[in-house]
Amino acid sequence: MRDFSYIAATTIPEAVALLDEKGENARILAGGTDLIVQVREARRDVDWMIDIKSIPEVNVLDYNADTGLVLGAAVECYKIYADDAICDAYPGLIDATTIIGGTAIQGRAGVGGNLCNASPAADGIPPLIVLNATCVIAGPNGERELRVEQFCTAPGQTALEKGEMLVSMKIPAPASNSSSYYLRFIPRNEMDIAVVGAGASVTLDDAKQTIVSARIALAAVAPTPLFAEEASALLAGREVSDEAIDAAAQAAQAIARPISDMRGTAEQRTHLVGVLTRRALNGAIQRVRDAA
Amino acid sequence: MLENKDYKVIGTRPIRHDGVDKVTGRALYGADFQAAGLLHGRVLRSPHAHARITSIDTSRAEALPGVKGVVTAKDLPDAGDKVADLGEGAVNLKHLCDNILASDKVLYKGHAVAAVAATNPHIAEEACTLIDVEYEVLPPVLEVRQAMEPDAPLLHEHLKTTSLGETADEPSNVASHIQHKLGDPEKGFAEADVIIEREFVTGTVHQGYIEPHNATAHYNQDGQLTIWCSTQGAFTVREQVAEILQYPISKIKVVPMEIGGGFGGKISVYIKPVAALLAKKTGKPVKVLMNRADVFEGTGPTPASFIRVKMGATNDGKITAAEAYLAFEAGAYPGSPVGPGAMCIFAPYNIENVIIDGYDVVVNKPKTAPYRAPGAPNAAFGSETVVDEIAEKLGIDPLEIRLLNAAKEGDRRADGPVHPRIGCIETVEAAKAHPHYTAPNGKKHHGRGVASGYWFNIGLESSVTINVNSDGTINLIEGSTDIGGTRASIAMQAAEVLGISAESVNPSVVDTESVGYTAVTGGSRTTYATGYAAYEAAQDVKRQMIVRAAKLWEVDEANVQFADGEFSSINGKEEQISFRDLCARLGETGGPIVGSGTVNPGGAGGAYATHVVDVAVDEETGKVDILRYTAVQDAGKAIHPSYVEGQIQGGAVQGIGWALNEEYIYNAEGEMTNASFLDYRMPTCLDLPMIDAVIVEVPNPGHPYGVRGVGEVPIVPPMAAIANAIYDAIGVRMTELPMSPDRLLKAMGKI
Repeated sequence: MRDFSYIAATTIPEAVALLDEKGENARILAGGTDLIVQVREARRDVDWMIDIKSIPEVNVLDYNADTGLVLGAAVECYKIYADDAICDAYPGLIDATTIIGGTAIQGRAGVGGNLCNASPAADGIPPLIVLNATCVIAGPNGERELRVEQFCTAPGQTALEKGEMLVSMKIPAPASNSSSYYLRFIPRNEMDIAVVGAGASVTLDDAKQTIVSARIALAAVAPTPLFAEEASALLAGREVSDEAIDAAAQAAQAIARPISDMRGTAEQRTHLVGVLTRRALNGAIQRVRDAA
Repeated sequence: MLENKDYKVIGTRPIRHDGVDKVTGRALYGADFQAAGLLHGRVLRSPHAHARITSIDTSRAEALPGVKGVVTAKDLPDAGDKVADLGEGAVNLKHLCDNILASDKVLYKGHAVAAVAATNPHIAEEACTLIDVEYEVLPPVLEVRQAMEPDAPLLHEHLKTTSLGETADEPSNVASHIQHKLGDPEKGFAEADVIIEREFVTGTVHQGYIEPHNATAHYNQDGQLTIWCSTQGAFTVREQVAEILQYPISKIKVVPMEIGGGFGGKISVYIKPVAALLAKKTGKPVKVLMNRADVFEGTGPTPASFIRVKMGATNDGKITAAEAYLAFEAGAYPGSPVGPGAMCIFAPYNIENVIIDGYDVVVNKPKTAPYRAPGAPNAAFGSETVVDEIAEKLGIDPLEIRLLNAAKEGDRRADGPVHPRIGCIETVEAAKAHPHYTAPNGKKHHGRGVASGYWFNIGLESSVTINVNSDGTINLIEGSTDIGGTRASIAMQAAEVLGISAESVNPSVVDTESVGYTAVTGGSRTTYATGYAAYEAAQDVKRQMIVRAAKLWEVDEANVQFADGEFSSINGKEEQISFRDLCARLGETGGPIVGSGTVNPGGAGGAYATHVVDVAVDEETGKVDILRYTAVQDAGKAIHPSYVEGQIQGGAVQGIGWALNEEYIYNAEGEMTNASFLDYRMPTCLDLPMIDAVIVEVPNPGHPYGVRGVGEVPIVPPMAAIANAIYDAIGVRMTELPMSPDRLLKAMGKI
């Protein structure tokens, strides 16, 4: 591992100024569960690590049943799933935070870091997409917001401009009769990276028979996690049925453009998009129906 | 002596002597080694699978501050074409040396090319990036059948096929062809009512030991070389290093540190001679460590293979003939375990007409190394799947057909040896009687499969010395690296002889200057052979103690007997003294007692296993879950049943990994794309049920307590057992390993 400099920023303006000054070879350090490994394995050149863990704004974890969730960029996974109200409101997000790494990793790794690492296979991103999350970004020109599905631009690449950093993610309060679900396929039962991941959120009518709206997102089948917009739209107004869900699954398969690599083949991934989309939708629907 | 008589110590479950230090993190492993002035070594490895080295320029690396020395193949003595005698068979010395540091060609990605010693590991790593190597890249050959094609790119210009004693004229990637023949196969197949012939492919898999290779080397001023390292055999490290460096064995001391797993992969040396070269060049102790990618890419996995099996049987289930074609990837240099594969493939059966052809083929992958019953699991995947299919065709229970044809004492194996007393029938019977085999398993997409396996086990040399302490304990000095609890299983055999407790034995694994020659911890030989040496050493102590008792009582030695830890006079005066009390009186009766035992036993006694497995297949994703697993095995006599069970469970689990997900995945350029524990998917505890280990005891007549080796045979049956269970679940015969989800989806026609 080559030498690098470490600096702990204590305010957003300080971190932004450092990022702006140090340029390309500066990286934000939060949990470090991706970054440190990448540096150690010489997969990323870093001269400056800017530690943001002592900045208050990135540690906010604030859920309000009316306004939704503010999830700071450095909040560790274990804090998210330790909060009962958040577990009730966003079960799809909990599905992901409990499978990122193992228990020890979840003590340091956060959803914000998972997003900024911009892996096509990130488990944390599809739930954010289906939960309508917005990214709050600070930069030299102040703050801006961006829809989460627009955040990742390529493997390891994000929409963050020079000097910009992710501060938090905002997730709207869940509608009534809604729920969410995330699952991935891995050949083992743990300690693996998604061959394919699929997230879904659904809102049903009061009778819990008709889909009012749905959102579907996919991981590991394109250079970035995908929002399956057409597949999602197909479900709006449809009665819950195998036919409706199959149609959405097929539409999701249509946008997948996977590669073959050591984790799976392209044909296998396209096939799994169908399987997992069905399972994610049925899982979310079941959660709505199971709720009191 | 071979009856299951009442033992005092054997068959009990004392806590292993090294256990507390290991679970509390106090045990010292190779990476823990520290010394004043220690330098850190790193190895530069080839980025290409097949290339000619045109130049190596180390000047930029040498100029980096903190770098103390750089070595390449030029620093090795000229190997010429000398054939080294390494005890376990002749090895071409140039091949041996080139695998340590490549001289003219690199033959796999990860092949060591140069090494650096520096004041810290980070500088050494950076210096590696400053070594300029020019390569002429050549097309790689990555698969055994392609490598056997006449127009395949050649790895070695001078390698010619040796076939049944004849050497071919033209160079080839096929290093050798062996054949075993018994009876008249043609006639046997003519007698068969059912003939099944199938082809099988298995992937390259790694032992996956948790501790990477490590070595620290230091030369004293007088040229004495000491190497502290993780190894399965300190003496074999000494032999290999002596050959590679052309240095006398008397000038080399190897100190075995604790070992974090080996499974056969820590017999061949890789970085040990490199550490020695760097130590010589710098005059300082040098520690070289591998990381996980180095281990996957730069050490020996077990081979991928192509196998064709044909078997015929009569309608009443009698197997009349068997034929096998085994083509094994040796990796970069000759030496695959196709030989043992050919020895084991049909060994669970008594078949009159057999023909087996084996081919050892070089490919652009790391040179293969032993892995638990090397060769036998590949072979058994083919034969045990075909036996299952024959049983199905004939409507005979798969365990019943095994019983109908089971090998027994006096039957001849296709490669020649006649079986002594073996436990093949007993293990199949125990599997059949186990509640697992008759438990309901009728759920949709659930299936049950069985398979058997054989491993011949080996003996080889072992030495043990026992020093008797005045407090009634003994220090047991041995040269066998303890991987699976052998300090305990060896100590218990000495304790049984002397009528003392296992805790009264203090076993030490020592360096090559402190104990007699002892071969590797491998071949399932350690509890058998080193245990045998411990038995002999304890007998020696007993004989000497009898002399002392006789002296004490002024009686004839013939009138002293020893039983249950007590010496007594059987004639004349009534005298009695315990082992412990006599130990306190050695000074007055003639001085200290040292017992010794050395063995090279021939009666290792083969081991049989039969496994039963239940699986659930997710038809939509192709994922296989192991629901229940029962592994039955003949241990001869289980000295320490817990560690026998541990070996059975560990072998089964590694077999499950091999069956379902483990494999080296290569891209077209010959680069392994999954050289990490993330993507080389070994099973975790969450992927496994409790493995029910069932010990059968058919004592081995070749050992005083009836011990048979237990470490290897449990990895032989799992792949076929799981394939047969998958067939039972979804009606699809899997013939390629691993049976990963994508392959299942393909086989089911889903993709």
